[in-house]
Amino acid sequence: MHKEFLMGNEAIALGAIAAGVNLVSGYPGTPSTEVLETAAKRKAHGTYVEWSVNEKTAMEVAAGAAYAGARSLVTMKQVGLNVASDPLMSLAYIGVKGGMVILVADDPGPVSSQTEQDTRHFARFSKLPCFDPSSAQEAYEMVQEAFSYSERYQTPVFLRPTTRVCHGYASINVKDTDEYTVHHPDGFIKDSGRWVIFPRLSYQNHIRIEERNVRLSEDFSAYERNKIYYPQESPKDSSAAAQKGIAAGGISFTYVMEALKSAGTVPVLKVSTPHPFPERLALQFLDGLDEVLCLEELDPVIENELLRICGKFHLPVKIYGKLTHHVKNAGENSRDSVYQDIQNFLGLPAQDAGAPDAAAVQKTDSKTFTAKTADAPALPIRPPVLCAGCPHRASFYAVKTAMKGKKTIFCGDIGCYTLGNAMPLDMVDTCLCMGAGLGIAQGVSRIEPDTYCFAFVGDSTFFASAITGAVNAVYNQADMTLIILDNSTTAMTGHQPHPGTGRTMMGGVSSKVDIEAVLRGIGLAAVETVDPLDLEKAVTCVKRTAEEPGVKAVIFRSPCIAVTKPAGTVRILADKCISCKKCIRELGCPALTVTDGRICADPSLCTGCTLCSQLCPAGAMVMINGGDSNE
Amino acid sequence: MNKNIILCGVGGQGTVLASRLISAAAMDRDLPVMSAETIGMAQRGGSVFSHVRIGNGLFSPMIAYGEADIILGFEPGEAVRMLPYLKPDGAVVVSCRPIMPVTAALTGSAYNGDEMIGYLKKKVENLTVVESAKACGKIGSPKVLNILLLGAAVQSGALGLSEDDIRTAIKRLLPEKFHKLNFAALEYIRKHTLNA
Repeated sequence: MHKEFLMGNEAIALGAIAAGVNLVSGYPGTPSTEVLETAAKRKAHGTYVEWSVNEKTAMEVAAGAAYAGARSLVTMKQVGLNVASDPLMSLAYIGVKGGMVILVADDPGPVSSQTEQDTRHFARFSKLPCFDPSSAQEAYEMVQEAFSYSERYQTPVFLRPTTRVCHGYASINVKDTDEYTVHHPDGFIKDSGRWVIFPRLSYQNHIRIEERNVRLSEDFSAYERNKIYYPQESPKDSSAAAQKGIAAGGISFTYVMEALKSAGTVPVLKVSTPHPFPERLALQFLDGLDEVLCLEELDPVIENELLRICGKFHLPVKIYGKLTHHVKNAGENSRDSVYQDIQNFLGLPAQDAGAPDAAAVQKTDSKTFTAKTADAPALPIRPPVLCAGCPHRASFYAVKTAMKGKKTIFCGDIGCYTLGNAMPLDMVDTCLCMGAGLGIAQGVSRIEPDTYCFAFVGDSTFFASAITGAVNAVYNQADMTLIILDNSTTAMTGHQPHPGTGRTMMGGVSSKVDIEAVLRGIGLAAVETVDPLDLEKAVTCVKRTAEEPGVKAVIFRSPCIAVTKPAGTVRILADKCISCKKCIRELGCPALTVTDGRICADPSLCTGCTLCSQLCPAGAMVMINGGDSNE
Repeated sequence: MNKNIILCGVGGQGTVLASRLISAAAMDRDLPVMSAETIGMAQRGGSVFSHVRIGNGLFSPMIAYGEADIILGFEPGEAVRMLPYLKPDGAVVVSCRPIMPVTAALTGSAYNGDEMIGYLKKKVENLTVVESAKACGKIGSPKVLNILLLGAAVQSGALGLSEDDIRTAIKRLLPEKFHKLNFAALEYIRKHTLNA
């Protein structure tokens, strides 16, 4: 054993490696990405790691490895599980031979996601066991235990951390390499009665799964990470006051334990396996209690389970939480919100607490402390923006310029380019989920044939889930323009390689999948590739292509500025600048500022993309080559 | 020792490296450390923070309101934003150089950094203002802002770590070619720390 300062996601990867994982697959998505990246960096000899093209493929690759007796780990974020849900639901019936852990990171807030969906529901829905770690150290140990459970019960299992566990760091105890488990897969053994899903097999396995989950619930009641924490000292007045307890899971458990250092002494039930629920342990916790407050993020899963148990066993225990509006039902918990919730709970009159005003509960967060700075000067608002020099800005601007005055809809997608919605670009009219822009554009065009319908999609997203949309458009003779924003990386999640880059997570070089060739193969009417940083050419290209009949595409190709050496910086000639501010009004580039009424380009941000100089009517913006101030 | 430390600024200012150095220095002294920081979309020009917690008996990496021993503000407005986290007698170390949000250039609503510093002076007794532009100029690199603030935090006494602790962490975490520059920043700030 030794100590390392690790991010929760790094700890999960190291835990999987210590458990002898043979294969890791996944698709990037905040807050899950670093698990696979760390697995690639620190993998033991013989371990295979890949970024798959999307979550569905990743799930299938990991399942195949587990069929062959390997220990496999598949990683994704919560919305990625929606993509992988088809193989997941069937795999739950078939099961595995080698241990398989499905790492799905949930994102309360949401901090960087489309939804606040709760993977614990997916565990229930698919009837699979689910592990919910509360800290980096626990996640490290839990992933190893998850592999053991998976193998013992021959079923895939979920490990579901949330953002603050994934991205929290801690100095934790990890195994030395000579303490690692070495797992030798014994290979795939043909058995069509086991591996080929048919209605009869599903029926039989359904019966087994239900029986197994009863056993698992029993097993989990004895699992050391499900635990009742009894207070050191008993409550002061035990006769009159209602006996209260708190149930929590995940990061909220740590907030509860921090709060109880000063807020009071009540028993706490920590739920580390929300499915199957540790019923026997919960009964032991509920015994003698009058009221329980449930503190958890996303949906009231623990709360619902406790309600079910109280109903099943006719227990006269009041269960409070999101359903009773004692706790806010959206957004992430914080140390402060949990402290406030506990204070309210312990201060409530014992007889009948009643439900507090829901609106008031949503606002408990800040109060006294933020009131302290109520007299502060107005604070700057800093919405996330496209980086200075980002080629997406140029692409959006080219389409905007080309289509000025025309009736248009711009269907966006998931990636850095979602930020194209910000003023002044204002170029994202819709955004739903990965790859959806294509379908939305087609649907709108069916209802509004006089609208120029555009779908914007990034290169990684194109491979992940836009190709079927393009095939659909061609097959059904849609009229739309597909804009591919090809920056040769998966930028938003931290620059992962993808099929178009020709690089893999094993460090190898593979043949690049050519987006233009793919689109031509599908049969698009017109496909053109252009550099978005050449404004005039880009605008002409869009104008010409958009007028073609049927399905056509423009590929804007220019590398992500975050992984490219800057070309230089732009300098503004004071004697030429007429202070018309066109550059600022139309581009919204973070490098362009107004200081004492004059336009300046911040040399520490400017990359010399020259987009501003191409639209400057006074010719006042000149490029300085070399990039010496921006090394 | 138990310490709660908040680092805040704007994406790209180097808050993450500074929090890594603090954590490494604490680990070198065999102290348990936890931390949490902004990752993802908000990093692109948005407000960013790191919470660093040092000591025994910790459950959560997050710091609660009124619990921070010290705030390292890489930007005056961001330091004010984090003030609710500061203990009543907590320290603030802040760079005086404001960073204008993109929205300021668009709407003409630039904010005043001096006003923020003035507000901090009114609210915080143990305040150190780092003349970062001047200091970076003297040292010869804009990249030492994080080390200047770390150095000022050491000098304030509220960090619970010594300059030598930070020096050792720099040696361990950064490539050798950057050592001299960062040590120069530590030395500069030791000689020029100005309690406001």
